[in-house]
Amino acid sequence: MSVYQKNEVVEVKTSRTLSLVVDNQPGTLARVIGLFSGRGYNIESLNVTEIDEIRNLSRISLVTRGTSNTIEQIKSQLLRIVPVHIVRDLTLEGPFIKSELALVKLVVKGANRVEALRIAETFRARTLDVTLSSFVFELTGKPSKLDAFIDLMRSLGDTEVSRTGVSAISRGDKTETKLLDQI
Amino acid sequence: MTLNYISGAEAVIKALVDNEVEVIFGYPGGAVLPLYDALFENKKIKHILVRHEQAAVHAAEGYARSTGKVGCVLVTSGPGATNAITGLTDALMDSIPIICLSGQVPTHLIGTDAFQEADTTGISRPCTKHNYLVKDADKLCEIIHKSFEIASSGRPGPVLIDLPKDIQLSNVKYVNKISKIKKNYNNNSSNIDENLINKVATLLLQAERPIIYGGGGIVNSGPTASKLLTELVDTLDCPVTLTLMGLGCVPNTNKNFLGMLGMHGTYEANLAMHNCDVMLNVGARFDDRVTGRLNAFSPNSKKVHIDVDKSSINKVVSVDYGIVGDCKEILLALVQEIKKLHNQKKIKSKTKWWSQINHWKDRDSLGFKQIGNNIKPQQAIKSLYEQTKNFDTYITTEVGQHQMWAAQYFGFSKPNHWMTSGGLGTMGYGLPSSVGVQIAHPKSLVIDISGEASFLMNMQELSTIVQYKLPIKIFILNNEWMGMVRQWQELNHGSRYSESYTASLPDFVKLAESFGIYGLRVDNINNLEATIDEMINIKGPVIADIRVEKEENCFPMIPSGAAHNEMILSSDDNNKDTSNEGLALV
Ligand SMILES: Cc1ncc(C[n+]2csc(CCOP(=O)(O)OP(=O)(O)O)c2C)c(N)n1
Ligand SMILES: [Mg+2]
Repeated sequence: MSVYQKNEVVEVKTSRTLSLVVDNQPGTLARVIGLFSGRGYNIESLNVTEIDEIRNLSRISLVTRGTSNTIEQIKSQLLRIVPVHIVRDLTLEGPFIKSELALVKLVVKGANRVEALRIAETFRARTLDVTLSSFVFELTGKPSKLDAFIDLMRSLGDTEVSRTGVSAISRGDKTETKLLDQI
Repeated sequence: MTLNYISGAEAVIKALVDNEVEVIFGYPGGAVLPLYDALFENKKIKHILVRHEQAAVHAAEGYARSTGKVGCVLVTSGPGATNAITGLTDALMDSIPIICLSGQVPTHLIGTDAFQEADTTGISRPCTKHNYLVKDADKLCEIIHKSFEIASSGRPGPVLIDLPKDIQLSNVKYVNKISKIKKNYNNNSSNIDENLINKVATLLLQAERPIIYGGGGIVNSGPTASKLLTELVDTLDCPVTLTLMGLGCVPNTNKNFLGMLGMHGTYEANLAMHNCDVMLNVGARFDDRVTGRLNAFSPNSKKVHIDVDKSSINKVVSVDYGIVGDCKEILLALVQEIKKLHNQKKIKSKTKWWSQINHWKDRDSLGFKQIGNNIKPQQAIKSLYEQTKNFDTYITTEVGQHQMWAAQYFGFSKPNHWMTSGGLGTMGYGLPSSVGVQIAHPKSLVIDISGEASFLMNMQELSTIVQYKLPIKIFILNNEWMGMVRQWQELNHGSRYSESYTASLPDFVKLAESFGIYGLRVDNINNLEATIDEMINIKGPVIADIRVEKEENCFPMIPSGAAHNEMILSSDDNNKDTSNEGLALV
């Protein structure tokens, strides 16, 4: 049966968290992003940093959304990119942890300052900077927790937000060491 | 300079030689002067000076496709590199192994908008399988060796290496080719799943209405794959059809060959695809030119897809069994399994299926009437085929009606003898491509089947042809129209022929003569044969201006947005208006 017919039965799109190990070299990220824009896939969150200085590797944690067919396409297309070594579908593999860090600046005076600190305490946010008219909070956790915190802050005053995007890892004792050794 | 050290440019050339490069197609400029200096009087690599960098890539493609080797290109920075982009995209779409070396401004000037600076790796990223900007001379050799691996392994493709001028001039220690590939660049498993092979073999043996549909992946896999495919077809006694890219993988004379399929494929091939119960796709990618409207594509069949590129499987058509791997390995396993099982299970009788197919064949979808003195383009190709089939003939084409007529009426008995721009559909591909083919096969008969409009796109290469004394025959089906555009305007836009007439054409005979080569012209059917003979017998290059019927359309055709079983065989069949979805298709 052709794909087209399947599409007529509207397929559900789900959010998937992918974890990639790539060469830390110029152009790799551009190829990954170019793949998404060029083929019309979407990126909901992206986070990249070097994880292995000796082997010169970076991890890209990426959240995307699509039907299971699209996700399979995305994964095999990603694997075609020469400096992409490992593509893991954490959502499919089992339980995993998704975490993000946000820095939130709030400009606030008067009574709302106490309220802001109270909320920050409830969320276990750290206060990194204080002036008489502002705070900078640091908060880590699930993206949904960050969303809730930021919403509350917005209702108290002018805000500025900087978020890292999701970083993810599987639960349990499974590691990539073996896969990495083959690179 | 210390002993053991050579210049970056010399290292590049040495690395090319180590990777068995014999020919490089290129065009010089400021940013590649050190490389040209290293090539000067080099005995091992022959440089072919083209007249435009796009042509350098197409020539390298022609070279690669007709030999199975990697094609090599050398261009300068800025405009040299940007001119090569169409060629690289063409090679990516058709999976042709190419190495393109481009010059770049020195590393310390990168990012300053220096003279002839372009972000070449940025521009070429989406049209290469991989690319490099060499910033560290110590990595130079390794990068070149790796590039050859990447270009030629798995699903082949173009790799660009951007070489800043200071890197070409620096001192480097030459590093030999590493024999072992570290990464399987295409992530295809080499171990074949026997269970899967068994299932597919059983499926094929028990099919009542099977069809095999093969594509360019078989050519890329090498001549063995073509032999195995033919063996599979003969063993199963089942019909086989080939895509534009796959022509020649099964000899045109094989009794089970139904001709090309797809938009301008034969009636029997498309209807057999539509009505089959088991479809085996070998090395093709369910391109939209092949499938027609997807929701009506072969609705009742079980589908098996063999492809070296995992991402091709289930990309546009979901299949029941996907096998990732090199065609020749999978075909070998499949043929062996089928022969083994054949002893136990009887092949289902296909008498009914064949009589149905023969019935479709009786429609004679490629039939045409050669009446009057005007030359029918179909007849021109047919005669060309008849008169050249006893030679070792290589055909290249441009893009348009003439390309489709060549695919329909020229018979290919071997792979690697047919070079056409399939995925990108690049007008101007054929002439430079024929340069590469003739360089690789100096003794063979190389013909560019061309349209007058396409010819004009890269005709500067006549100069290259003359310089290297390449006896290429340029067979122009001159209908004075961008025929394929005119045809779509006739069928889809109420015959409003907007800008599709090729006005102000040159006198092709005089054009040939101005380059010091032969020009022939024929406009009467009675002289066609003699003209073709003359063309073949002339020792050097020839432009043959074949004046054909001007408003002939290319049929059969699956109109855009239609399905395999909605083919039209002539303009009279075109009574349905093209759907809105169809109008939007390219
Ligand atoms: C570079 C490029 N530009 C435009 C097109 C669109 N196009 C496809 S076929 C065609 C007409 C080709 O005319 P001609 O070479 O005379 O061949 P004919 O169809 O007449 O045989 C055009 C313009 C193309 N394929 N490639
Ligand atoms: Mg024309």
